[in-house]
Amino acid sequence: MQTDVKSKIGTALGVAVILAWCLLPVVWIISLSFKSQAAVTNGSPGFFPSDGGGAGWQNYKDVLHNGQFKHAIVNSIGISLIATLLSVIIATLAAYAIARLEFKGKKFVLTTALVIAMFPVVSLVGPLFDMWRTFHLYDTWLGLIIPYMSFTLPLAIWTLSAFFREIPWEMEQAAQVDGATAWQAFRKVIVPLAAPGVFTAAILTFFFAWNDFVFGISLTSTERARPIPAALSFFVGQDPFNRPASLLAAGAVVATVPIVVLVLFFQRKIVAGLTAGAVKG
Amino acid sequence: MSTTYIQNAAPEQSPAVDSDRSRAENSLARKLVAPALVLMLLVTAFPMLRALYLSMFDYSLTAPDDKEFVGFQNYVTALTDWLFWRDTFTTVFIMIVTVAFELVIGFAFAMVMHKVIFARGVIRTSILIPYGVITVVSGFAWQFAFSYQNGFVNSWLPFIDTDFNWFAERNSSLIAIMASEIWKTTPFMSLLLLAGLAQVSNDMLEAARVDGATWWQRLYKVILPNMRAAIMVAVLFRALDAYRIFDNIFVMTAGANKTESISFLTYRQVIEQFQLGIGSALSVLLFLSVLVIAFLIVKLFKVDLADARQEN
Repeated sequence: MQTDVKSKIGTALGVAVILAWCLLPVVWIISLSFKSQAAVTNGSPGFFPSDGGGAGWQNYKDVLHNGQFKHAIVNSIGISLIATLLSVIIATLAAYAIARLEFKGKKFVLTTALVIAMFPVVSLVGPLFDMWRTFHLYDTWLGLIIPYMSFTLPLAIWTLSAFFREIPWEMEQAAQVDGATAWQAFRKVIVPLAAPGVFTAAILTFFFAWNDFVFGISLTSTERARPIPAALSFFVGQDPFNRPASLLAAGAVVATVPIVVLVLFFQRKIVAGLTAGAVKG
Repeated sequence: MSTTYIQNAAPEQSPAVDSDRSRAENSLARKLVAPALVLMLLVTAFPMLRALYLSMFDYSLTAPDDKEFVGFQNYVTALTDWLFWRDTFTTVFIMIVTVAFELVIGFAFAMVMHKVIFARGVIRTSILIPYGVITVVSGFAWQFAFSYQNGFVNSWLPFIDTDFNWFAERNSSLIAIMASEIWKTTPFMSLLLLAGLAQVSNDMLEAARVDGATWWQRLYKVILPNMRAAIMVAVLFRALDAYRIFDNIFVMTAGANKTESISFLTYRQVIEQFQLGIGSALSVLLFLSVLVIAFLIVKLFKVDLADARQEN
């Protein structure tokens, strides 16, 4: 009985620690975004804005009226959505083949996906930079969409093939017995069953594209295609020690909102997707 | 699972039909897989081969006409430069420290989440937020938190002077960088471990308890051995990810005070200094070192990915 109470208290404490761990830095950046710029320049240590050092919504107004930042948001949303859509379609086809069909080279596809998932992206920046300038893809949406697709495909394929193996595939067999071709069985039976898995893969893919920084800073040079993470890091000057902290914090909060919304609505699916590829069969 | 299907279906069909069928299956599968394979290789294998080619030249974008074949000279230059080894050491150090912290904290978090029966949704939502937050934003948040002018860390930590500048020298800068890295990726680690923990049979734990095993004994003798595969996969993924560290360093120190990682060095050569020749050589070396680390982890810890996915 006593150990039971002890373990309950321990668990509750653990929960408190987890919540503090996850939310404290987020609360901090929100708090920072409400410090006034004058207070930040003069130095305003402490977690919350000091008396008279608050800025209200001013930093958010400034950020949202900043042309560079507005372009970056549009770029990020557009590029991430297109890359996600295309990547998930292509990954769905491949994952179906991996989960359902017997074919030579299955291992090769899975190994390639795995190697690419672990690829050091920076090592591609040089050759891609060179190639993209030759093909006029440098500083365009397409120039980012293509690498985002390549690098999200492994995650999407692994997640989706894990999901697909859980599907009651007797239904596919039944459809084929009823005279459907392999393609019809795929389109009419498996796709509706697979939709939740596909959706999960889409969220994870979107996270990756939204988070990317390396390609964002090396394959763009203007606000024509520069995504949010790159825009944030180039916000003011190159000096990493003297930035308009509160303004940047406001920009960071704005850039985080879409992710928080996705997490709030789809946490269950995201967790399933994250662990499906790596641990569960 | 697909194999069982074919084996079950086979006896009802004549061998000829069966081979037609498997041929059709093979060709359909190839068509379905082709776009993904082409795209993945287009942006990785092809540029990597090009990097291999360019690394043999003395080639700078600022003077493209002076491109000159130099053989393996770029590799010799890189490998005999102490900068390369210092940055490699920094990267390996960051990798080992962050993965160790993430493993221990992540496991503790997973144990808590495994036990919790209330507020599961709230915890799952919170744990996903660091995972979803852009690395650049995490870098900023921690850089400002550690800043002595506008941060709170100095006033919260005991024994630290409020004027202490974390970004003035190497070790404290690395601590700030690793804090951001560990904060963001521990939740991911804990979710992977939680999934592994869920596979440890409760009957076995109960049996151990009945036999009088203490909490520590149950942890070391039952839980950990039974989730070995999950732990190893999590370590492999995270270690390779940590080895590529770039975003946090770029945002927090820009490589100042010898906090440069090997990825950052490569980036600096290629994008900031336009040295495609030596930059390509560094790209190839970076790729090779990731392969070596992956190989070492897989061999040392005998990671079996197929086993982790319960395919065997």
